[in-house]
Amino acid sequence: MIPASFDYERASSVEEAISLLGSHEDAKLLAGGHSLLPAMKLRVARPSMLVDIGRLTDLSYIREDGDAVAIGALTRHHDVANSDALHELCPIASYAAGQVGDPQVRHVGTIGGSVAHGDPAGDMPTVLLALDATFVAQGPNGTRQIAAGDLFTSLFETALAPNEVLTEIRVPKSKDRGWSYLKFNRRAQDWAIVGVAALDGASPAVALTNMGLTPIRATAVEQALAGGADPATAAQQAAEGTAPPDDAFASAEYRRELAKVLVRRALEDASG
Amino acid sequence: MAATETFVGTPVLRKEDPDLITGQASFVDNQTMPGMVWMYVVRTPFAHAKLNAVDVGPARSMPGVIAAYTAVDLAGDFGGPLPFVWPITEDIKVPTHQALTSDKVRYLGDGVAVVLAETRVQAKDAAEAVTYDCDPLPAVTDMEEAMKDEVLIHEDLGTNVTVHWSHGGAGDQSVFDTAPVIVQERYHQPRLIPNAIEPRGCLAFGIPAQGEFTLVSATQIPHIVKVTLSGTCNIPEQKLRIIAPDVGGGFGSKLNVYAEEALALVLARKTKRPVKWVEERSENYLATIHGRGVTHDCTIAASEDGKILGMKFVEIADMGAYYQLLTPGIPELGGWVYMGPYDPQAYWYEFRGVLTNATPTDAYRGAGRPEATYVVERMLDALARRVGKDPADVRRMNLHPPHAEAVTSLMGLQVDSANYEPTFDRALELVGYEQWRKEQASRRDAGDLRQIGIGISSYIEMCGLAPSNILGALRYAAGGWDGATIECLPTGKVILKTGTSPHGQGHETSWAQVVADGLGVTPDDVEVLHGDTAITPLGMDTYGSRSVAVGATAIHFAMEKVRAKARTIAAHELEVSEDDVEWSDGAFRVKGAPEKAKTVPEVAFSAWHAHALPEGVEPHLNATAVWDPPNFTWPGGTHICVSEVDTETGKVDILQYVAVDDCGNVINPQIVDGQVHGGVAQGIAEALYEEALYDQSGNLMTSTMQNYLIPSAAEIPPLTLDRTVTPSTTNPLGVKGIGEAGTIAAPPAVVNSVIDALSHLGVTDVGKPASPERVWRAIQQARAEGPPGGPSSSRSVAAPVSEGGAA
Repeated sequence: MIPASFDYERASSVEEAISLLGSHEDAKLLAGGHSLLPAMKLRVARPSMLVDIGRLTDLSYIREDGDAVAIGALTRHHDVANSDALHELCPIASYAAGQVGDPQVRHVGTIGGSVAHGDPAGDMPTVLLALDATFVAQGPNGTRQIAAGDLFTSLFETALAPNEVLTEIRVPKSKDRGWSYLKFNRRAQDWAIVGVAALDGASPAVALTNMGLTPIRATAVEQALAGGADPATAAQQAAEGTAPPDDAFASAEYRRELAKVLVRRALEDASG
Repeated sequence: MAATETFVGTPVLRKEDPDLITGQASFVDNQTMPGMVWMYVVRTPFAHAKLNAVDVGPARSMPGVIAAYTAVDLAGDFGGPLPFVWPITEDIKVPTHQALTSDKVRYLGDGVAVVLAETRVQAKDAAEAVTYDCDPLPAVTDMEEAMKDEVLIHEDLGTNVTVHWSHGGAGDQSVFDTAPVIVQERYHQPRLIPNAIEPRGCLAFGIPAQGEFTLVSATQIPHIVKVTLSGTCNIPEQKLRIIAPDVGGGFGSKLNVYAEEALALVLARKTKRPVKWVEERSENYLATIHGRGVTHDCTIAASEDGKILGMKFVEIADMGAYYQLLTPGIPELGGWVYMGPYDPQAYWYEFRGVLTNATPTDAYRGAGRPEATYVVERMLDALARRVGKDPADVRRMNLHPPHAEAVTSLMGLQVDSANYEPTFDRALELVGYEQWRKEQASRRDAGDLRQIGIGISSYIEMCGLAPSNILGALRYAAGGWDGATIECLPTGKVILKTGTSPHGQGHETSWAQVVADGLGVTPDDVEVLHGDTAITPLGMDTYGSRSVAVGATAIHFAMEKVRAKARTIAAHELEVSEDDVEWSDGAFRVKGAPEKAKTVPEVAFSAWHAHALPEGVEPHLNATAVWDPPNFTWPGGTHICVSEVDTETGKVDILQYVAVDDCGNVINPQIVDGQVHGGVAQGIAEALYEEALYDQSGNLMTSTMQNYLIPSAAEIPPLTLDRTVTPSTTNPLGVKGIGEAGTIAAPPAVVNSVIDALSHLGVTDVGKPASPERVWRAIQQARAEGPPGGPSSSRSVAAPVSEGGAA
C-alpha cells in the first residue's frame, strides 16, 4: 500500500505534458489515478515520474459538434453520467458512465483515463467501441484521430504513443437507436465479469466487456442480426471469437455462457 | 439533584461517536513520538521454503535505516516463543512459533527479517533490499492433502495432524445405525479474511534504563497481551504497560498476540527508540489470522416423520502454519453448540486440527459457532428434503422445550434459559412465510427464470466467556472473570474503569447507562475508562460476546458495593438507621419521609471531604468488583432469508431478511440493532462473497480488496429486526450478549435460501460462498442429472473449485 518513490510534475498545458512525457523514460500520465495509483501502491507499477494533468480543466467538457458529441478526455465519469447533452444525444454513454465503480470513483476517475488504461474489463471502452467513437490524440507532431476499432491493441495497451495525450472522445449521436448496457458483476463497485453494450438500428452493434484482451465487437452476433436472426438466435453466437479470462472471479466457460445470456437480454432490452 | 430518569433499555446516543465522526479519535497510526522509528517486517514470496541464509546487509546501507536484524541477530532478545495458550488436549502437538523464522518459511506471512528506518517509506524500501537464499518446498494449503503427511509443515512434530479433540458423545449412539432415516452430508466452509477498518498496528516505547516499556497496540486484549508478552519479550510484568487506544474493529483478528507486537517491544529496548509499525492491507491478508477453513462430515439420525434422534459431526479444521493464541480452541468452542436449539437424544462431535502452509486460523466473529451453526442448519434443510416436509415444520417439531431456569443439555453444559418457539414463530410471521411459499410455487409453475427461495436458520450461541473453572477443565490457560472499579468524584461525577476493551461495541455508552441507573446520575456524568493496563489492571478484555455478560455484571457488583457504602453514609447523615433508608427515585430516602433524601453525588462529596463519616467508614466513595460467571449465557434466535436466484446466470439477490434474536435483557436497543446489522452483513458476505483462495504453490490469490470480495452497502438488503426477551439466569442483569449472533445465524439462512430456490430442479448444494458461477454450475449439474428422484434423494454436490480457483 506504499508506492515506490517517483518524481512528480504538474503539467499546465497539454503541450507541457507531452514534453514531460518525452523527456522522462517510463513517465506516466496521472488523470483520476483510479487505475494507476492502486497498481503503484501494490508496487506492480513503478513509473519514474507522474505527469499530473488533473488540473487541465480545458480538457473537461461535453459539447455538441456536428453529428457527434465531443467529450473532453479529462471529463469525470460523474459529469458524463449527468450530462444533459448525452442524455439526449447519446444516452448509452451517460448511462454506462454511471455504472463505473462507485460514486467516489466516478467523481475522480476520467473517461480519458478509462480509455487510455486499455482495461478490457472497463465499461467505457466497450460502449465507445460499440458506438464507433473516434479518439483524438495530441503528440509532439500535432493531433491525429484514431478509430475505436484501432485504439485497443492488447491487454492494457493502446495505439497511443508514450508521448501522446488523449484529448477528446467523439461519440456519434445515437438518439434514434435503441440501446442497452448490461454489466454483470458481484459487487456494484466492481469491474464487469462480463458486460454487453448493444445498439440497434440499421447496422446493429454489439460489444463485449472482459471477453478478451481488449474490448471486442461481437461480430458474429452483428452478422447474424444483419442476416435477420432474432435476438435469441443471434445471441447464441456471442462467444464466437472471444478469449475470456479464466480467473478467481469466473472461469472462461462461465463467462462464455454469461455472454450469450447477457447479449440476448441486451438485444431484447435495446429493441424493447 | 437525583436523576429519576432511567437509561437501561433506551437508545441513548453513542458517547463514542462525536470524536469518531469528527476525526478526533486517536488510533495507533495517529500517534507519533520524538525519535520514533518505523518498523517493516520482511516476508518472502514463498509459502514453504527452506531458509538457508538471510542478508540484511544491503538494507543497512539504505537511506534512513537505523537497524536491520534477522532471527539469528535477535535470538538473545526474546524470553520465549510467541504465546499459544490453549493446548486443548494432553497429547496435542504444538508447533514452535518464533517472532521471526530462521529455519523454514512456512507461510507467506512468516517474517524473516525486520528493518527499522526513520520513515515508513524508507523502511519499506530497505526491506525490499534484504536478500535471502531459499530452497522452495512443495506447499500444501489443502487440508486433505496435508493430512497425507507427504509434506510436513513442522518436521519435528512428525505429522500435520497435530490435535484430535472429541466430545466423546452423549446419549445412545446406536441411533446412528438403527434410525429409519439417516442423512449424511459433507460441507466445506472456506477460509475467511478478517477486515477490520483499522488494520493492526503498534507503537512501543519505554525508559530502557528503568526496564519499563509501553506498547500501544490496536488490540482487543491489552490485559492478555501484557501477561503473555511479558514472557515472550522478557520484560517483568510490573514494568510492562499495554494501551489499546481507539481501536477500529477487530472481529477476533485482534484477539491475538502477534509477532509484530513482540518485535516492536524488543526493538524499542534494543535500539532505545520508540518503534512504530502499521500493517499494510495486503500484509493484513497474509499475516493477520484467518477464520473458518473447515470441512464437516455430518450425520442426522431421524424418524420417518423428521424427529431428530441423533446429531453427529466429524470435522477437520485448517490450523494454518502455526498455532496463534487460541487456534485449536476455536473448533472446540463450536463443539458445544452442534445440537443447535434442538433436542436430539444422541450427540457426537470430534475434530482434527491440520497444519497447512497457510496463514494461521483463529477466532473470527463467532469463533467455532458459525461453523457449527452452518452445518447444523444445512442438515435441517437436508432432513426436511429427505422426509418431504417443509423446513419450518421440521424445525418446529424438533425445538428444545422452553425452560426459564438452567438445564443441563445433552452435550454437558448448562443452558441458562431458553424459549425458542416464540422467537421462531415471530420470524415466520415477520417474513410472511406462507405468502413466500405461494410465490415460490407460482414461479415454479410458471417456469420463471427467476426463482424464489426461503432459507431458515435457528441458532444458539454459547456466550459470556466464561466460568474460570470450566476454562480450566478445558485446559485454557487463563480465567474468564472480569473486573470493574467505580470512583465517585466529589463533584458528583463518576469514573468507571472496566476490564473490557471495546473496539467499536459502544461500551462507553452502555456501561454508562448501567452505572447511571444504579447511582442515580446520567450517562453523561459517567466517564468510562478502558484499554490501559495501568488504569484498569483488572480485566480479561473483549471477545466471545462476553463483555456485557461478564464485564457489565462486574460493574453491577461494583455498583452494589458503592451503594452499600453510600447507604451507610446516607443513613448517618440522615440520622436514621440503615434499615430505615430505601433506594427510590435515584436517591437514598427515609422510609415514610421520601423528601428526606441523600443522592449518591451528595454522599460522594461527604465521603471526599470526610469531615463527619460514620465510625469505621473509609473516606472516598469507590469500590472494585471482580466477577467470575457461574455459567455461560446462551442467546438464540431465528433468521430467515428470502432470495431470488437468476437461473440463467446463477446470481442471487436477497429480497428480504428477517432476524429475530433473543439476547436476554437489552441495555441499549440501538446498539444491539447495530450489532445485528453488522453481523448479518458479515454473514451475508460469508454466504455469497468472501473466500480466501490459494493456488497450488500456496500463493494467496485473493490478496487485495479487489479480489477478496467484501460486499458494500449496495449488496446488503434492508434488514427487518425484532427481539424476544428470555432473561439469562447466569447474571443479575439477565443479559446474554449479541456481538456474534448475526455472523452465526446469517450464512446458513442465505445458503439455504439459494438451495431452496433451486431444490425443485434437484439442486441440493451450491457450495459456500454461493457465487454466481457455483450456483450456475449446480443448476447445470442438476439439469444434466434430471429432475429429483423423489423424497429419498439426498446427495451432496462437492463445491466446484478448479485448480485455477475459478468457481
